[in-house]
Amino acid sequence: MNPFFRYASPPAFYPLAGKMIPYFAVAAGILALIGLYLGLIVAPIDFQQGQTYRILFIHVPTAWMAMFTYFVMCGYAILTLTLRTRLSALMMQALAPTGTIFSALALITGAFWGKPTWGAWWVWDARTTSTLILLFLYGGYLALENAIEDPQRADRAGALLILVGSVNLPIIYFSVQWWNTLHQGSSINLTAAPAMARIMVASMLILTFAAWAYTIAVALVRVRHKILIRERGTVWVQDLQTAASGI
Amino acid sequence: MTRVRALGTLGTPSGAAPAEPSFGVFSGLYRGVSTELRQALRSRADVVEPLVFFIIVTSLFPLGLGAEPERLAALGAGVIWVCALLAVLLSLPRLYAQDWSAGALEQLLLSPYPLPALIAARMLSHWLLTGLPLALLAPAIGAAFGLGGGALLLLFASVLVGTPVLSMIGAIGAALALGARSGSLLIALLVLPLYIPALVFGTGTVEAWRAGIDYAGPLLILVAMSLAGAVVSPLAAAAALRIALD
Repeated sequence: MNPFFRYASPPAFYPLAGKMIPYFAVAAGILALIGLYLGLIVAPIDFQQGQTYRILFIHVPTAWMAMFTYFVMCGYAILTLTLRTRLSALMMQALAPTGTIFSALALITGAFWGKPTWGAWWVWDARTTSTLILLFLYGGYLALENAIEDPQRADRAGALLILVGSVNLPIIYFSVQWWNTLHQGSSINLTAAPAMARIMVASMLILTFAAWAYTIAVALVRVRHKILIRERGTVWVQDLQTAASGI
Repeated sequence: MTRVRALGTLGTPSGAAPAEPSFGVFSGLYRGVSTELRQALRSRADVVEPLVFFIIVTSLFPLGLGAEPERLAALGAGVIWVCALLAVLLSLPRLYAQDWSAGALEQLLLSPYPLPALIAARMLSHWLLTGLPLALLAPAIGAAFGLGGGALLLLFASVLVGTPVLSMIGAIGAALALGARSGSLLIALLVLPLYIPALVFGTGTVEAWRAGIDYAGPLLILVAMSLAGAVVSPLAAAAALRIALD
């Protein structure tokens, strides 16, 4: 039996998560500082857009993390529905608020980029619309989780909803290929050389990793809270409470 | 010896032994659709209300936006599609509500027919009672908005092939929100983001015709969505129903 499987149990995962949080939080902070320094100060002025392109250093990481968080939530949703593990459902619920915030930030920073370059705060093209749908899907998921009283039912219903909405992810990703959109195509490919200056690519990647580390740290904090609430009737949580209040 | 009428048989001639009952997908579909349609005949108001809502709400737009003919014709397809969406949304709670309050939904889970087949029957009858009438009404409203002949035909076609997707996704959403607080508002929040592609392609068909470019593309994508939905959504809705009732 894989030794990591013991961490699928909440009393084993709770202290592990507590130990992991500081590392990811510090990593997020350091990477963010480096990425922002490279992006805002070191990277040169863009040939066409001047200084306004720098909002992309926030826009691209947040948009990517919004999609990636949903993708990870899909993985946890499959685990919840097939293996019926509590912790996968709790991780899915812990990731949802961060995904919502990131997709909202992606749309807002995209609007700030769009106004000087396209001339409009918002356009209804394929990628912006499907990212808006992603925000609505996150919101619908949060609404469903809050509306169902029974926790097991809420877990499974939310997992099914996430999986049903996952058809949107390929649409967002491939929307710039499938439609004639105003939104530019992907500048960073796995196979071809990037179309941007290397320093810009580097700072975008560093900020993406910073957003990733932040998401992990914040999700672990949330999942620890949710574990305590969900398992509040168990002995180990009550022992923690007496230990915390008895001191 | 009493002759027991077996479930699933359509009737046997007197004196002959009852035929082997079949509990397969198609007999489940047939039973489900006939039950739903018979139910609808008994509560005709439930069927007619979304259609009346559709007519009233589409009439609000010319009154609110002003009756300028060019503007109405430009907005017509979009307004009609959005109102059709809202009318379908309003009719979704009644998919399961009566059966749920009567305790008959659990019986559905216990039935020998495959649950996806019974759910598919519900989706099909929901479309026959809501989507099909909306498709028939849409050209009339479109004419009131000043849309031309070809646009009206495409409006009918797009609503006809687009509303099955709406019924299917709506059945999944209604099952997920079963018994939750603020039921119909929650269904709207769950289901409207997934309705957006159907809306985009539905209006895209009519707008493409009016702009003179290829209109078959969006229409065929709607057909593809309905076909794919017909395969996948009964399974998803059956899973959702099992989650809600377990």
